[in-house]
Amino acid sequence: MAPATAERLFGKSIKRREDPRFITGRGSYVDDLKIPGMTYAAFVRSPHAHARIRRIDTAAAKAHPGVVAVFTGSDMKGVNSLPCGWDLRKAKNVPGVVQDLAIVPHMPLTSDVARHVGDPVAVVIADSQEAATDAAEKVRVDWEPLPSVTATEKASASGAATIHADAPGNVAFKWALGDAAATDAAFKNADVTVKKRIVNQRLVANAMEPRACVARFDPATGELTLWVTSQNPHVHRLLMCAFVLGIPEHKVRVIAPDVGGGFGSKIFLYNEEVVCSWASRQLQRPIRWTASRREAYQTDAHGRDHVTEGELALSRDGKILGLRVKTVANLGAYLSTFAPAVPTFLYGTLLNGVYTIGAIHVEVTGVFTNTTAVDAYRGAGRPEACYVVERMVDAGARALNMDVADLRRKNFIPKFAGAFQTLVAVTYDSGNYAAALDKLLQIFDYKKFRTEQAEARKQGKLLGVGFSTYIEACSIAPSKVVGALGAGAGLYESGKVRVHPTGMVTVYTGSHSHGQGHETTFAQLVADDLGIPMEQIEIVHGDTGAIPFGMGTYGSRSASVGGTAIQMSLDKIKEKGKRIAAHLLEASPKDMEYANGQFQVKGVPSKAVPFGAVALTAYIPHNYPEGLEPGLEETSFYDPSNFCFPFGAHACVVEVDADTGKVKLLRYVAVDDVGNVINPMIVDGMVHGGIAQGVGQALWEGAVYDGESGQLMTGSMMDYAMPKADMLPNYETDRTVTPTPVNPLGVKGAGETGTIAATPAVVNAVVDALAPFGVDHIETMPLTAERVWKTIQAAKARR
Amino acid sequence: MKLPVKVTINGQSYSHEVEPRLLLVHYIREVVGLTGTHVGCDTSQCGACVIIMNGMAVKSCTLFAVQADGATITTIEGLAKNGDLHPIQQGFWEKHGLQCGFCTPGMIMTAYQMLERYPNPSEEQIRHQLEGNLCRCTGYHNIVKAIQWAAEHMPARK
Repeated sequence: MAPATAERLFGKSIKRREDPRFITGRGSYVDDLKIPGMTYAAFVRSPHAHARIRRIDTAAAKAHPGVVAVFTGSDMKGVNSLPCGWDLRKAKNVPGVVQDLAIVPHMPLTSDVARHVGDPVAVVIADSQEAATDAAEKVRVDWEPLPSVTATEKASASGAATIHADAPGNVAFKWALGDAAATDAAFKNADVTVKKRIVNQRLVANAMEPRACVARFDPATGELTLWVTSQNPHVHRLLMCAFVLGIPEHKVRVIAPDVGGGFGSKIFLYNEEVVCSWASRQLQRPIRWTASRREAYQTDAHGRDHVTEGELALSRDGKILGLRVKTVANLGAYLSTFAPAVPTFLYGTLLNGVYTIGAIHVEVTGVFTNTTAVDAYRGAGRPEACYVVERMVDAGARALNMDVADLRRKNFIPKFAGAFQTLVAVTYDSGNYAAALDKLLQIFDYKKFRTEQAEARKQGKLLGVGFSTYIEACSIAPSKVVGALGAGAGLYESGKVRVHPTGMVTVYTGSHSHGQGHETTFAQLVADDLGIPMEQIEIVHGDTGAIPFGMGTYGSRSASVGGTAIQMSLDKIKEKGKRIAAHLLEASPKDMEYANGQFQVKGVPSKAVPFGAVALTAYIPHNYPEGLEPGLEETSFYDPSNFCFPFGAHACVVEVDADTGKVKLLRYVAVDDVGNVINPMIVDGMVHGGIAQGVGQALWEGAVYDGESGQLMTGSMMDYAMPKADMLPNYETDRTVTPTPVNPLGVKGAGETGTIAATPAVVNAVVDALAPFGVDHIETMPLTAERVWKTIQAAKARR
Repeated sequence: MKLPVKVTINGQSYSHEVEPRLLLVHYIREVVGLTGTHVGCDTSQCGACVIIMNGMAVKSCTLFAVQADGATITTIEGLAKNGDLHPIQQGFWEKHGLQCGFCTPGMIMTAYQMLERYPNPSEEQIRHQLEGNLCRCTGYHNIVKAIQWAAEHMPARK
């Protein structure tokens, strides 16, 4: 038996246990998999944004050497539409909510009309990837191109192309939240109001590993195994079995092995994995498909794409009296798995920000367009909300001629622990917003910066500072709450702890790591709790064949929801262990405690049974409590009682080149409060990556469709501006710690904070830099050199 | 039509007949079976496929396998010697220079040549030299730190 570890691991920057395999090239990603008899799939996709399919001729493709089969939508008899997992019409008892949603079909291979560039219409399966790709070019589709609409604001314009018969005017839903009358009154009584048009552009997640799947049907057992780049393998299995293919769930095993990043884009059930799973059953052979990056741009769910009109009402002395928000959200051509939730309940509910606001009202119209489906992308709804609030607060400060930090502080919700009821349905768990800003200003030396800025302006240099005091909802989510809002799923998590006879421990979590470091973080949690070395602990994730159930990883939920489920099982293990140890010591279980890796009589470390001895006794129960089951294994499902609400304050400094409009990010400081932190190194890493994505949205990234042809103009990494190392600075990170009362670990969630905070901080900084020109807003991101230059020219022309 | 290709990868010789259009990265992954070298794009942007060929860091997606005929290649699998991690690998581990791990092999192989060219690179040099490698997880902060760590821990060179 290994000695007990006294050192506390919770809160330590332990090096990651998963790294050795990745740094030696021995990771195991889906595309690395090879199975005897493997076939390869290539999809035939629409080159048009919108086109009727008159006829598909597959004869030449079928005759191509090496081709095993060619399937079109009409071959897939009995296969249903990909499901939408969030039905807004079920949202009940939420004040102000409008219940509406057009559920439209989304067939795995469309056979009537293609509705966006990249919409799959046929699949070729061949003995080699080359043969499949070559033969796919021989599939002849007789297209009848139709008029298309891609722009968010034009979707419902008169004369716009109709994309779905069931959605007149291309309206998917109308949704509202908040108190319209109170908000109107607030604006009536305001001293100052500001109104801004805010475009939150369309983004592509760009996980470095393209989506991929291997489907293998075993005719001997009737079992289908699907390896897929998934953030939530159980969700994939459930949706595919219960809704699309109608195959028995217990005969399907979904494995998400090493997954190369997700950022939301690997949550959803996609056409290709469904088609490969179905075809593998038809052909009784394994099939592999891996997206090219071009396919990834055309088919991975995109993110954001809002056009918003924001209005803020203020009193002369800087109190925020009201916020009114009208948003049109582009959902793309189909409803992706969780699409309706993102611009509604993950957006409107965060518009209270960290501020005491007199009244709030938000209206959202979701529209269909001939574009790739839009769904959750890192932050999902919350960055959009934060961007509106933080941009409007800055605009309000400018209108009042107040300092942006002062206006924020003046309106902060005071420190609280336990509950703050917002005006937009959610209840915050714990918060100390002023503390985060104070710490930021101290690190940043704000006063000094303003002096430097004034000096720089005298010399014609355009320096700007931008703040973002953000909040987000994570630890997703209480099942009853999301059920009442329309979710088709519960959002609990499972955690199973298996103690082996030798005292080794295997932990099975329903959450999934695609970069988050579960194998390290959860091992720290378990090692700490059981007082055993991490080397004795294995963390298993990503396999429906091993894990009881799981809702997966997104919404910064792994530590808070998944970790708590593991903690609950650990508590059960210790309770059972106490009974076993008490029996061995002839003591009462009530008098037992667990400390330093042993079960001991309270306060008497010498009267103890080590963890390993209890484990062995549980499996060799010769001397054992009467009526107690042998074995030492516990499973728990944790359903959180509330969301958790991390918050923080970010600031950045930019310099704008007045001649070219080029923005240079000079400094970035982040103070985040994610509750308790299990591994600071990992949390910092996630904050860094989140900031990079947020900065990317502010300055460079954007998916662009040609308004005429509906073609995706940013369809490769040559055209879509991915942030590179030399475009970004080092980040200065710090923390305040306000534990959540929601879960016993006190952890909130850290995966999305950086992305949510960074975008408004950067845009606010650029607007501040341009203040000498009288610029108080820039409508559209990204703030490329061209856009900033044009903004400067327009401002100069106005003067 | 197939053409012969003969290469040495990580000290081992390989000889195959391949289609002339086969990309080197697919040869390494699918024919030789070394899957540590990744494919993240189709336009030579992401750098997940970087290997060392005849002493140069190259994108193996931008060469045909037949162009590598006669070449000596090191992939990520060949960097650790006798179970000892290369200082760059160690640096990525120490400094948390990776999250999902997908870009990591290319990053490490790029850093390998970078440190040959610039044994003591400045932060600016590192960032500039990483221009051909994309990472979506780390925001590059810890990749820079990892390469700095490696530079400090490389055995002295002549």
